[in-house]
Amino acid sequence: MQFEVYDAGVNIDKDLVAAMATPLVLAILVEGSSYGYAILKRVRELSGGELAWTDGMLYPLLHRLERLGSIRSQWGTSDSGRPRRYYEITPAGREQLAEQRRQWATANRTLGGLWNLAGAEA
Amino acid sequence: MSAETESRIGEWRTAVLRGRAVTAQDADELEEHLREQIADLGAVGLSEREAFLIAVGRLGEVDAVTAEFAREHSDRLWKRLALPRPEEGGRASFITMLVFAIAAAVAIQVARLAAFSPGSAMQVFGDPTERWFVRDLGLFVLPVLAGYLAVVRRMPWRRIAWLAALVAALAIAVNVFPYAPGSATEMLVALHLPVVLWFVVGAAYAAGEVRSSARRMDFLRFTGEWAIYYTLIVLGGGVLTVLTVQVLAPIAPQAIDEVLTWVLPSGGAAGLVVAAWLVEAKKSIVENLAPVLTAIFTPLFAVMLVVAAVGYLVAGIGRAFDRELLTVFDVLMLVVLALVVYGISAREATRSARIMDAIRLAAVVCAIVLDILVLVSMFTRVGEYGWTPNRVAALGLNLVLLANLAGAAWFEAQQLATGAGPFRVERWQTGYLPVFAAWVLAVAVALPPLFGFA
Repeated sequence: MQFEVYDAGVNIDKDLVAAMATPLVLAILVEGSSYGYAILKRVRELSGGELAWTDGMLYPLLHRLERLGSIRSQWGTSDSGRPRRYYEITPAGREQLAEQRRQWATANRTLGGLWNLAGAEA
Repeated sequence: MSAETESRIGEWRTAVLRGRAVTAQDADELEEHLREQIADLGAVGLSEREAFLIAVGRLGEVDAVTAEFAREHSDRLWKRLALPRPEEGGRASFITMLVFAIAAAVAIQVARLAAFSPGSAMQVFGDPTERWFVRDLGLFVLPVLAGYLAVVRRMPWRRIAWLAALVAALAIAVNVFPYAPGSATEMLVALHLPVVLWFVVGAAYAAGEVRSSARRMDFLRFTGEWAIYYTLIVLGGGVLTVLTVQVLAPIAPQAIDEVLTWVLPSGGAAGLVVAAWLVEAKKSIVENLAPVLTAIFTPLFAVMLVVAAVGYLVAGIGRAFDRELLTVFDVLMLVVLALVVYGISAREATRSARIMDAIRLAAVVCAIVLDILVLVSMFTRVGEYGWTPNRVAALGLNLVLLANLAGAAWFEAQQLATGAGPFRVERWQTGYLPVFAAWVLAVAVALPPLFGFA
């Protein structure tokens, strides 16, 4: 996966963005089925514009998640009547997200504990 | 959205679709994204032009995005290389192809058996064979290929009848000529008849619409793609033959010759039809391959031609001229002509179109310079040699090619100067096809009587 941060205020490491991409997309889809552009908009909104990736790269990721069975897609139409592909999370995707959430929580706790300690000392 | 934005979106979509793993649906999805982004940016006060630029930038470099699609959907790249599944119309097209391929194989074998003649000095596959077998080789198989294309292309019956009458007249003409033993004109007929018949194949391919420039261009593309496929089939056949011989050698060495006499001509004849079927069935692959080959070889030939032109200008031709050299230059000009013709199709595929145009023009001009040097040298010495059928044939082809390349150079130069599309170069090439057809026809039917069948 190749994600490029292009106009983020904070320069987030490419690998970290790539690692976040899957749980982020799944977590957004838990809120309800959505489509590519809306997912990206939600990402920008949630990160306050600090986390963004090359928009086009989202679609191969969505297709991969679909192939792996975490999400499924359906063609509908947009308000303007153009075809639009909606994505929806599957039960397998929810499980995967729960697992990822545990992993991120662990990572967060570990680093957070360390940095809070360091912050207290400084 | 404005017409300008629409057309820019269209261009962008075409570029995205050039990625071979990107389907029309993927392009729809990306285009929808692009449109929504443009609309949102417009809503916060950007002009449509600015919004388009930013939206395209956010989507990312087209090449990087399509490469990512290819990584995810690598299966799609391969699916296009697989044989078409025999479904619906596919099965019917496959059976038609098979019938004609078998007909071609049978025709060549019947001819081979009929031409067997114990007294003849000429050997084909180790058997003494009548001379007409080699002379008429094209007549056994190419009309079958033309018939196949006429059926596939639903050529009207009246036109089929005209074409068949033409082939029949040709067949009678070249076979009633009383050639002298070891005749040079007979050799020339053997060489030119298949080319004449290839134009018949072309007429069938165009379903008789031989006047249409677009159909003629299709035929030129078909010729190139067909040649690539046939070469591949021959290579595969070669491997099969070598392995067959190796496998048979220990158990039945006496059967090898027999097997080869039956398999090689049949396979070679059937392959003509199979290659034509593949071109039609799998258009997209080779349409990608022919432009790539042209793009690779145009600069290489250009370098070779520039070096050769300078070399000949400095060193002079000297006494090196003979008919072989003229033949070499015929082949060289044919190659340059192929680069020009397939460069027209390649032009849309390569982005640096103007650079390629310039390189091609350089190649064409150098080929012309070289050829004129050879021709001048020849004409100053023509009295010494006198005219023979071979010399007339080689020289005539040379002049026909030279005139073609001169026209090609003129239109290429205009195109380079004005930045116009390849339309006029294309028109020149398709318009010139009848000249080639007339020349090969003349060599096949007019030259032998002119030289008393010598």
